[in-house]
Amino acid sequence: MEVPLEQRPNRSRFSQILAAVLVNAIYEMRNYPVVLVNTVLSPLSFLILIVFVSQGSLLGVAIEGGLIMSMFSSGIGLQSDLSHLKNDFKLQDMVVSSPTGWQTYMLGIAISEIVYSLPALTVLAILAYYYLTLSFAGVIELLAVLLLMFLASMAIGFTLSTFSSDIVQSFAFSRLISTLFSAVPPVYYPITYIPMPFRYLAYLSPTTYAAELAQDIAGYIKLSTTMVAIDWLILIAVAVGLFMVARSKARWREV
Amino acid sequence: MSVQLVCEKLTKIYGNRKIKALDSVSFSIPSSGIFVLIGRNGSGKTTLVRILATELEPTSGSATINGIDVVKEPQKLREKIAIVPQEARPIPWMTPRQTVLSYLLWRGFSVSEAKRRATESLEKLKLGDYSDTLNRMLSGGLKRKVLVATVLSSEADIIFLDEPTTGLDPISRREFWDVLSEIGKKRFTFLTTHYLEEAEQLADRIGILDCGRLINIGTLDELRHKIRYNYSMKLLSRPPDLEVKDGEVLTGKDGQTRILTVEEEAFRISRELSKEGVKFTINPVSLDDIFFYLVRQESQERGDGSAIGAATE
Ligand SMILES: Nc1ncnc2c1ncn2[C@@H]1O[C@H](COP(=O)(O)OP(=O)(O)O)[C@@H](O)[C@H]1O
Ligand SMILES: [Mg+2]
Repeated sequence: MEVPLEQRPNRSRFSQILAAVLVNAIYEMRNYPVVLVNTVLSPLSFLILIVFVSQGSLLGVAIEGGLIMSMFSSGIGLQSDLSHLKNDFKLQDMVVSSPTGWQTYMLGIAISEIVYSLPALTVLAILAYYYLTLSFAGVIELLAVLLLMFLASMAIGFTLSTFSSDIVQSFAFSRLISTLFSAVPPVYYPITYIPMPFRYLAYLSPTTYAAELAQDIAGYIKLSTTMVAIDWLILIAVAVGLFMVARSKARWREV
Repeated sequence: MSVQLVCEKLTKIYGNRKIKALDSVSFSIPSSGIFVLIGRNGSGKTTLVRILATELEPTSGSATINGIDVVKEPQKLREKIAIVPQEARPIPWMTPRQTVLSYLLWRGFSVSEAKRRATESLEKLKLGDYSDTLNRMLSGGLKRKVLVATVLSSEADIIFLDEPTTGLDPISRREFWDVLSEIGKKRFTFLTTHYLEEAEQLADRIGILDCGRLINIGTLDELRHKIRYNYSMKLLSRPPDLEVKDGEVLTGKDGQTRILTVEEEAFRISRELSKEGVKFTINPVSLDDIFFYLVRQESQERGDGSAIGAATE
């Protein structure tokens, strides 16, 4: 019965991550091409709206906003996708009872979220190339902000997915989160456009800090060094803090 | 190296619920061939399967499969097991080929090896013609086959299938049995079902679970010997004056009466019923009867007296 160890496959981590990317991104895009149109359009629609309303003056800010929102919704998407795969298809159970560990599974799904956003990111990157003026250091900084934004929202998504209530797992809920964190806060326009007492509300969302940094990097607003440091710190703290919450709450094997 | 599945006092209480989904389940069986766990809905089948497949922690007790501890060495066990969970569905936007391929990648196969194995297992399950059709277009039976194809294509030598045939029409179910018995020839297959005929057809060993307790376990022959009657009569209602001298009368929730008895008594009752014009069937004792009998015996011993309904569909 027992198969000798040397006959067992040499398990490839790459394959395990590829599996998640195929299942959660590539196959859906390939078999339902209309999904592609949708992923490109949703971050662009807001951008177009802002550009028209501001008669073009906010084009650069809105492009950065589109990038931030793309990264943010990729991370938040983790929440609904994890619940969907676990509860509706029992796929997570199949993976738990297999040689793939939870770190590999989560990493794979996280990468799949980025892959899912690649069409939109590509369009936005092309726009950014033509309409944003950035130094080389600026490009690196902006990428860092986007990555951090992704990690922070992934931590939010991951944390939410560990709450197993029907409301949290619903599609509507993830839409609500997305709206609260990306459309309401000043992602597509400078924060100074928001009248004073409401401005504090915007600071409840991590997307505000990312947008502020991005706008500073491209020269649309000027932040003091202290503010820049605070913004970075808050983004890092949200990502790290929520990852720790999620890690302590998430269970691969249920109790 | 022990080639056994051993459970010792496995108990599961979910969250803050009081009832025991599993109540001190202990048994030991060879880890080969097909083991079928039968029980009514809610009897704890899924709970036991999920504990053994390292998806759920037991509240207390322990289990080992081939000497590997289910609770303490999950990583080691996960190298060797594969499962199709109850209510698993193939993802609608993928094709059967993509479903099997991605599962194999999750098991760590290289892309080329995974492709080869996927094609092979789809062919084996006669899914070749549907390999590239979207899962959502497939019938219920084919969808279920796709999931079985995933575990079949893997290298796992311990396979868990939780109610793989529930909801299939009788013809698809029978077709499925061939596939399942094929899997059971090479690997230890742990199967749950509430179709008793399925256990009768497929099982090398059968366990009967009720209200979280394992009330019996053994080969079909061994279970037959738990009961000294060899005939089972079924009648739609029980004539008031019918007397059963050597036998057991069981009444289901549906009002159907079942009489388990010995040969001589069976013929006597038959004559009497024929005289009165009561319609009945008479058959050798089946697993269905044994299940009915043992479950009732157990609940009488426990004193909860919960009459059980028809055990079959
Ligand atoms: N996640 C859960 N939380 C609370 N109770 C549960 C859970 N899963 C199952 N149960 C309860 O445990 C008992 C056994 O259920 P289960 O193992 O699913 O039985 P079966 O698979 O035989 O139908 C049932 O009473 C069921 O309601
Ligand atoms: Mg079940």
